[in-house]
Amino acid sequence: MKKNKITFKARWHHFKQKLTKTTRDPIMMMTILFVITALSLFIIYPLYKILRESFMLQGNFTLTHYEKAFTLPSNLEILRNTIVLGFTVAIISTIIGFIFAYSNAYLKLPNKKIFNAIAILPIVSPPFVIALSTILLFGRKGLITNGLLGWTNTNVYGFKGLVFVQVLTFFPIAFLLLVGLLQKIDPSVEEAARDLGASRWNVFKTITLPLMVPGLANAFLLVFIQTVADFGNPMVIGGNYTTLAVQVYLQGIGNYDIGGGTVLAVILLMISISLFMIQKYFVGKKSYITVTGKVSRARELITDKHIIRPIYYFNLFITFLVGLVYALVPLGSFVKLWGIDYSLSLSHYKYVFDVGLEPIKDTTMLALISTPITGILAMIIAFLVVRREFIGKNFIEFTSMLSIAIPGTVIGLGYVITYNQKPLVLTGTGIILVIAFIMRTMPVGIRSGIASLQQIDPSIEEAAHDLGASSAKVFTSVTLPMIRPAFFSGLVTGFVRSMTLVSTVIFLVSAKYNMLTVAILSQVDVGRIGVASAYSTILILIVTVAIWIMKMLLSRLGASQGDFEI
Amino acid sequence: MKEAKGVVLKNLTKKFLTQDGKEVVAVDNINLEVNPGEFITLLGPSGCGKTTTLRMIAGFETPSSGEILIGNQIVDNLTPDKRDTALVFQNYALFPHMDVYNNVAYGLKIQKKSKSEVSERVNKILDLMKMEDMIYRVPSQMSGGQQQRVSLARALVMEPGVLLFDEPLSNLDAKLRLHMRYEIRKIQQKVGITSIYVTHDQEEAMSLSDKVVVMNKGIIEQIGTPQEIYQKPINEFVANFIGAANILDAEIIEYNEGIVKINIYDKEYTVNVDKVYEARQKVRILVRPEGITIDKDDFDALVTKSVYMGDNQEYEVDFNGKIVQINNHNPFGKKTYKENEILKFGFDERSIHIF
Ligand SMILES: Nc1ncnc2c1ncn2[C@@H]1O[C@H](COP(=O)(O)OP(=O)(O)OP(=O)(O)O)[C@@H](O)[C@H]1O
Ligand SMILES: [Mg+2]
Repeated sequence: MKKNKITFKARWHHFKQKLTKTTRDPIMMMTILFVITALSLFIIYPLYKILRESFMLQGNFTLTHYEKAFTLPSNLEILRNTIVLGFTVAIISTIIGFIFAYSNAYLKLPNKKIFNAIAILPIVSPPFVIALSTILLFGRKGLITNGLLGWTNTNVYGFKGLVFVQVLTFFPIAFLLLVGLLQKIDPSVEEAARDLGASRWNVFKTITLPLMVPGLANAFLLVFIQTVADFGNPMVIGGNYTTLAVQVYLQGIGNYDIGGGTVLAVILLMISISLFMIQKYFVGKKSYITVTGKVSRARELITDKHIIRPIYYFNLFITFLVGLVYALVPLGSFVKLWGIDYSLSLSHYKYVFDVGLEPIKDTTMLALISTPITGILAMIIAFLVVRREFIGKNFIEFTSMLSIAIPGTVIGLGYVITYNQKPLVLTGTGIILVIAFIMRTMPVGIRSGIASLQQIDPSIEEAAHDLGASSAKVFTSVTLPMIRPAFFSGLVTGFVRSMTLVSTVIFLVSAKYNMLTVAILSQVDVGRIGVASAYSTILILIVTVAIWIMKMLLSRLGASQGDFEI
Repeated sequence: MKEAKGVVLKNLTKKFLTQDGKEVVAVDNINLEVNPGEFITLLGPSGCGKTTTLRMIAGFETPSSGEILIGNQIVDNLTPDKRDTALVFQNYALFPHMDVYNNVAYGLKIQKKSKSEVSERVNKILDLMKMEDMIYRVPSQMSGGQQQRVSLARALVMEPGVLLFDEPLSNLDAKLRLHMRYEIRKIQQKVGITSIYVTHDQEEAMSLSDKVVVMNKGIIEQIGTPQEIYQKPINEFVANFIGAANILDAEIIEYNEGIVKINIYDKEYTVNVDKVYEARQKVRILVRPEGITIDKDDFDALVTKSVYMGDNQEYEVDFNGKIVQINNHNPFGKKTYKENEILKFGFDERSIHIF
């Protein structure tokens, strides 16, 4: 067969076409330029600075930082810790996520709605609420370990505690991914197997599971990426079991060793990006589900008792755990001294109101500022990526997706070393925090924007264009209303994630702006679990109220209930 | 090949409960007998319960009442994997992670047949389907027609007592549909397998079947050979559903041993009948468009539509305020009428069916 080679001439022609297309529409060109600048300044450049810094000593090129980092036994152990933790958590989370997803899509279970709600809860809640309540439950003064079992010498801090907490935190990611895929399997494929004589177990073994292999690998990698990047949980409950993400902070900020910190950040980034690449370009592409395409009819749910019962009790157990964990934090905030004096008291709240309402106000205000910006920007980028051909499109698409995989601590460190000097001094300001919020929360919005745009026939927008609407007008009058659900859920998640962000912002807080999550961390650090619980309770409250208000407002504006899937 | 099995449906009913708590009677007390080796078609408009009936036979739906016999055995308590049926799905339902060979071999492997037997039977069936050079393809690398052939092979290789089809050709383009229709019939006759075939395409039903079952709103309207269904429909629904139909009022003049004299708009015709009629009885009659002869002096009517179709000239005429369709076959070199011209016509006596 003759290979179709793209000649230089053809490429040049293509490039010129794109160029004229881009420049013909000034508003679009400005938007593209703006987006490219923002992504370069606040994602690419800080990463470059980290890389540069890791090779620099007093203005000269050096490998000392790397030599030091790799000869330090503690660093090797940290690296090993990070990988081992990632593996363990990713495997367990994928299994639990799969069981939840399977029971959602395949079984006729009571209380399905509750299981779903609980399974999604950890995604919209502050990251270390689970860690906090795990201490309340299983710590030295823990309700179960000490109160119930009478143990006096338990140590929840470390690998086991961390695995427990991270699994509860991250299995929802696997659940959401897998349930989507399971629902896309055409039931008739499984019916065909059944019709050919396969028992239920055989169908599961030979059809369902093999079809899900790419999805399971995907879920595994996504959880792995999150675990490796996680900062809050290892910080709270890791104890001596230090991970890379934590060490980047301790080294760079705690020990003022920017050189050492950047080396660790580079290593962490390498791990995350490789996982991301494997996920996106290797596993992500390999899917049978898209092959079978449309689901022909609704699946007959399995009702066999001996299948349903064990899974039901398993779900119930996990749901109970998550529920307990969330109930415990508010409870802990109203108890005088956990584990010793369980009498009710408002002392922790009094403390919060006396010393520090500032973090609460600051966090909420900055999150409120960044949320609409994030929402709109995410939709614009999604629109550009799906609907337009222009120079730099690949850059925008790749960078904004890549930023999902960049650990927050790396970006945080990058901002610190990039924006504490001229020409752009931003550290210590609210602006850098807003930027951090935007950059950290936008990718999720972009992803859901892209997903929903891909389901809308582009000819609708072309029709509007054809009827005389400009690019900007098409976007505001046709595109945005059509992808409303993605936009709204982008707003809600954007706000929630901003409020609960720890990793990046911990590098950026200052005397002027302290953040709620950072305040919680420092209370945990000094052992005031009650105060930390009070802060967390307030945080949960704000987030809940915000979600609720947004729902109210938006339904006034005529958005339907279905528009709020998070 | 194993022996073909008969299928009997006795007072079979299926009710569904919809989301809002309402009851839908999808299949309403139907009775049907399919002889071993017979090819029968369930034909009817969308939502009449064809798929539901088929899925009850396969075991995917549990009947609300009534019973199903396959090969004289009651199968009500058997799950789909235990029934001697094989279903060919509308969307093929091939296993996307397996190649052609493994798709076809799947059922045999489940039965734990020996490797040599599996490969022998699979290769034989793939030869029969002329798919032998495709065994390493996966479904995503095949066209719709090829996928449907694999799907058929996968069912046939099981040598089931009964072969079930749910609109297997509806996702194919017109030309391929014709070809596959022919293939299915040929293979079915070759292996002599009992087949129940669901479709809403009347041409497909007519050309494939030994017997056609016309369904409507969950009940069976008529069971008969394609000729019976087309020429002697039991009621106006069947007449209208199968082919184009002119249905007119008429009056019996006299009945005499299987022959009636009948008055159709003041013209007298003599028609052979199966049923008994009385003099002066008002009746409705069916005449197909091709059962009308033009340039006959019986009636005249104004042409309201005249379309040239190549093999046919199709007319619609205004006949006493009623639209009557007329097909004049092979118009080549014949006189044709334009709109607003007057056309003379009469009925062909053998083509008149009295309800
Ligand atoms: N699982 C179900 N729950 C509720 N109602 C159902 C269910 N399956 C089918 N029905 C209803 O039963 C009736 C018959 O459906 P069925 O699928 O058998 O029709 P069909 O004749 O195969 O139609 P089509 O030609 O469109 O495939 C329809 O009214 C349908 O809405
Ligand atoms: Mg159907």
